[in-house]
Amino acid sequence: MPAPRSRLARQRIRAAWWMLAPMLIVLLGVAGWPLARTIWLGFTEAGLADVEAPRFIGLTNYVYLLQDPDWWRAVRNTAVFAGASVALETALGLIIALSLNAHFRGRGALRAAILVPWAIPTVVSAQMWRWMFNDVFGVINHVLLAVHAIDTPIAWTASPDTALLSIILVDVWKTTPFMALLLLAGLQMLPQECFESARVDGVHPLKVFFRITLPLLKPALTVAIIFRVLDALRVFDLVYVISGNNRDTMSMSVYARQQLVDFQDVGYGSAAATLVFAIIALFTVIYLSASRAGREL
Amino acid sequence: MRRTPQYWIGRLAFWLLLAVIAFYSVFPFYWAIVTSLKSGSALFSVDAWPQHPAWDNYRAVFREQPFGRNILNSIIVAVSTVVLSLALAVAAAYALGRVQFRGRRLLLFVVLGVSMFPQVAVLSGMFELIRSLGLYNHLPALTLSYLIFTLPFTVWVLTTFMRELPKELEEAAIVDGTGPLTIVTHIFLPLMGPALVTTGLLAFIAAWNEFLFALTFTLSGEQRTVPVAIALISGASSHELPWGNIMAASVIVTVPLIILVLVFQRRIVSGLTAGAVKG
Repeated sequence: MPAPRSRLARQRIRAAWWMLAPMLIVLLGVAGWPLARTIWLGFTEAGLADVEAPRFIGLTNYVYLLQDPDWWRAVRNTAVFAGASVALETALGLIIALSLNAHFRGRGALRAAILVPWAIPTVVSAQMWRWMFNDVFGVINHVLLAVHAIDTPIAWTASPDTALLSIILVDVWKTTPFMALLLLAGLQMLPQECFESARVDGVHPLKVFFRITLPLLKPALTVAIIFRVLDALRVFDLVYVISGNNRDTMSMSVYARQQLVDFQDVGYGSAAATLVFAIIALFTVIYLSASRAGREL
Repeated sequence: MRRTPQYWIGRLAFWLLLAVIAFYSVFPFYWAIVTSLKSGSALFSVDAWPQHPAWDNYRAVFREQPFGRNILNSIIVAVSTVVLSLALAVAAAYALGRVQFRGRRLLLFVVLGVSMFPQVAVLSGMFELIRSLGLYNHLPALTLSYLIFTLPFTVWVLTTFMRELPKELEEAAIVDGTGPLTIVTHIFLPLMGPALVTTGLLAFIAAWNEFLFALTFTLSGEQRTVPVAIALISGASSHELPWGNIMAASVIVTVPLIILVLVFQRRIVSGLTAGAVKG
């Protein structure tokens, strides 16, 4: 705004608040209020039938929650899922992004092809892979048996040893495109001069990658990774569709929903949901400061 | 210039890598199409293409459950979510992108923060809200709850877009004392076509794919949206899932989405990266 606050400028600011009001009211209604209620319900013994006037019981829910081995298993599952899937997605995404950054015929077609997994609804990709992972009729066992990689069919999604792995593999397939596109955008913003002079000097491509590309890409990489970690920590659809409320694979979100809806224990489930929120809020703060740091570079 | 053998090996390896990437991306969906065209016992044999392609599964999907209704539900919910989000976000983006006032940065951070909310964190509060509004097991419950993830995103991207438009655009109008609502509808809206298409499309896809709220806030088969219907298709017993039907349903809801994405490829890529990288 130019000069001192004129009458016109004040008017404009007042008008701005009017334009903002509907969005703020809706956001308060669908995000702020429900979140506040969830946090409050976490301190009560509300059930699904009587949410109106639940009794306040302090931290009791949290005490039970922290003693429940199933909760800790859900935390562990979620951590393994987030760590493994984001690591794999980053590695694969980087390979795809570097390939797409090269010049070759059919580049547009390949970029379109990698968008396919991204466009498919999560529930649908879960079902598609569940079918491919099928122990008796699945194409994956069929191929592995045919090339003698395994002797007996594996019950990929049912066996406790491989269920979480299967879920991770589906997530990697589904979200690597997103990672690849973010990294590709990052790559295309890098200054070309460094690469030119490295090429003229005959520096080995691997050395170029580790000494030039990777350090320059670090801000974009950090933001993309944290973005994906936040998403992975709240995973629900994939886990629920592939193995339901199975304890071996249950994520934190699946745990909280099971308590809330299936066991109708709104108070206890809300406490679990609040903890999920707190964990993700912590990562969000890290994300916000990282992206701000990225912008200042 | 003579090419060394190493050069050709390198080229070959590169094209091989590209082929693997393409195969990996596309094969699962191809396999879903193949499966959906197999009927009876053909389903249980592994062929690259069905020997007798048949549409039986596609007919069965619509016969055995209200799948047509589910598709309609998904369209209603996704379209209403997009329209509401865009209307609210355009107004808000004007204020956040074009007017300097105290608290603007804080508001933007709050909006960005909301987009990180885990859906499960608002589940019980939202459930309570929806029941008290009498919307449980009705589609408006989904439209309302979906705003929690579409609104922050649309506000954020449209604000970024508005901020980058030249200042001269509205200077004359401001001096003339034109109201902000008129400025938005007459000056900015005509320029915002591409941005609206991108954000609208991304919001549509997010709403179309949503599962947790749809699963929790609807009860009857008639009110379900597509993802819930596909997740809950079941056969005679839990060990005998009708895979042909599931794949047919999956193909039906995915094909339009893939066409949309391929048509608007460039827009989507720039929208996704604007949402994340600039955030």
